[in-house]
Amino acid sequence: MVGATPPAEPEPEHPPAPEQEPAPEHPPEPEQPPAPPPLPEDAEIARVFRQEYGRAVAVLTRILGDIGLAEDAVQDAFTAAVQRWPAAGTPPSPAGWIITTARNRAIDRLRREAGREDRHAQAALLQAAGAGAAAATPEELLLDELSGEGTVDDDRLRLMFTCCHPALATNAQVALTLRLLGGLTTAEIARAFLVPEATMAQRLVRAKAKIRDARIPYRVPQGAELPGRLQPVLAVVYLIFNEGYSPSSGAGPVRGDLCREAIRLGRLLAALMPDEPEVQGLLALMLLIESRRAARLDPARRDGDGGVVLLADQDRRLWDRGLIAEGQELVRRCLRRNRPGPYQLQAAINAVHSDAPAAAATDWRQILRLYDQLLDAAPGPVAALNRAVALAEVEGPERALHLIEGLGLEGYHLLHAVRADFLVRLGRPEEAAAAYRTALELAGSAAERAFLESRLRGLKAWDQEA
Amino acid sequence: MAQYALMVWGPSEYGKFGSYATAEENAAQLAATGVFTAKLREEGSLVFVNGLAEASASTVVDGRGPTPIFTDGPYMESKEYIAGFWIVEATDLDAALRLAAGGSRACRRKVEVRPMAGE
Repeated sequence: MVGATPPAEPEPEHPPAPEQEPAPEHPPEPEQPPAPPPLPEDAEIARVFRQEYGRAVAVLTRILGDIGLAEDAVQDAFTAAVQRWPAAGTPPSPAGWIITTARNRAIDRLRREAGREDRHAQAALLQAAGAGAAAATPEELLLDELSGEGTVDDDRLRLMFTCCHPALATNAQVALTLRLLGGLTTAEIARAFLVPEATMAQRLVRAKAKIRDARIPYRVPQGAELPGRLQPVLAVVYLIFNEGYSPSSGAGPVRGDLCREAIRLGRLLAALMPDEPEVQGLLALMLLIESRRAARLDPARRDGDGGVVLLADQDRRLWDRGLIAEGQELVRRCLRRNRPGPYQLQAAINAVHSDAPAAAATDWRQILRLYDQLLDAAPGPVAALNRAVALAEVEGPERALHLIEGLGLEGYHLLHAVRADFLVRLGRPEEAAAAYRTALELAGSAAERAFLESRLRGLKAWDQEA
Repeated sequence: MAQYALMVWGPSEYGKFGSYATAEENAAQLAATGVFTAKLREEGSLVFVNGLAEASASTVVDGRGPTPIFTDGPYMESKEYIAGFWIVEATDLDAALRLAAGGSRACRRKVEVRPMAGE
């Protein structure tokens, strides 16, 4: 079961993912204005694949009632697209073409394998469903898309809830979501989470077998069930985002993609569940954190292991104003709704940071109030640590230092980094240096270690001057 | 519809009050479990129900050789063993999990839900 409390963002000390080149196959966000340059046909198919794979698998899963069959059918359809589209041109509704072709391929496949009666029956059933949603023509599917409502979107939401069912382990939920809805390959997911490809393939196979054998339903939970079932869905999306933003260890080229993928999934959820404030809050939170990506990287070290710039030291001109405006608007709408939750509160905290033209102008009192609310809504040691950081800004580090001692976070490197920072400000450099060294021992990624080493060096230089 | 086993996990050794600490606790769980099972039967989702004697009453049989070998059980050393189970009919896992939650509340034990091997 996924923890009920999403980890609060330890913003001021949190290092970013090292600089990454966007992978060439990654499509631009549909909402991003500058249109991509005309792509060659195979790149166009790759783009359609990445953008439409989840939709196609979701629709076919409903039609076929089996994720494995759906994946095979969609794969067949893309193989057909690679053969056809370069000569015949991309069809007007690529998604519609893929889904219709996949459905037809599934019928063929079932017929071919129809050694048994039930396969015959299933193929006949699929064909008989001619007029239903199962047999939507590309035009119908296009209409569905244009009207923004209808079974296609519902299918993706259903698939999301299936992938994030609490009966599945968290790492399986994450892998399934990225594979089935994100359209990432098994190899890409394995690279992103630093596990061997065979391990990731096995994890996916087992999870899909469990969905089939235990009959995990393909359905959006309703009523009283929904809040509890939405929790792991949001947690999986945020986990994907955090893994890209602050890799737990090492670094890989796919990491930056994980942030974009999480935001894409967040946008999809926000569009499909407009009345769920926590869904909107999660999207706002990710957008506001993402808006600072460029400023979090030390320009002198961008090619290296990723120097980290603290929030206080960031060049705020590098912040992405578009993402900030979008995130803040979502936060305002959440405030008007007045049904706060952990994601919304964390988004609001980030919105306050985004409001400040300079670090010194940050409204720390407001941030402290929001952390108080966050701790009420979702008590947890990491949120308490972040609250202490805000408290130190409001009234000085003395009481804050005392507060963080009893949090039980001794194994968490950021606790020691925060402690070190407080001790520096209290004029206790030896203790600060010891705390930085403890943090260094516990830090997982190269970027985090690089950051802590630079702090330790700075401390020594300061000590020598004094 | 599919069948699921709702397996109740309990301690390795039973005492005076079955696998429960006090007479009151045992009486309360027996009553609640009875009500729950009656409801399953009424809804038509009950296939089978029973409790098991404590694990030390087990005997392990290996009949694969020419002469069967009987040894004192249970087969695996564990802190907890299956103390009883329901076999239920349910449309999908969510429905089975809802039933299991009711059963767990009634008998005051954790319940493991496992689907029967498929068609």
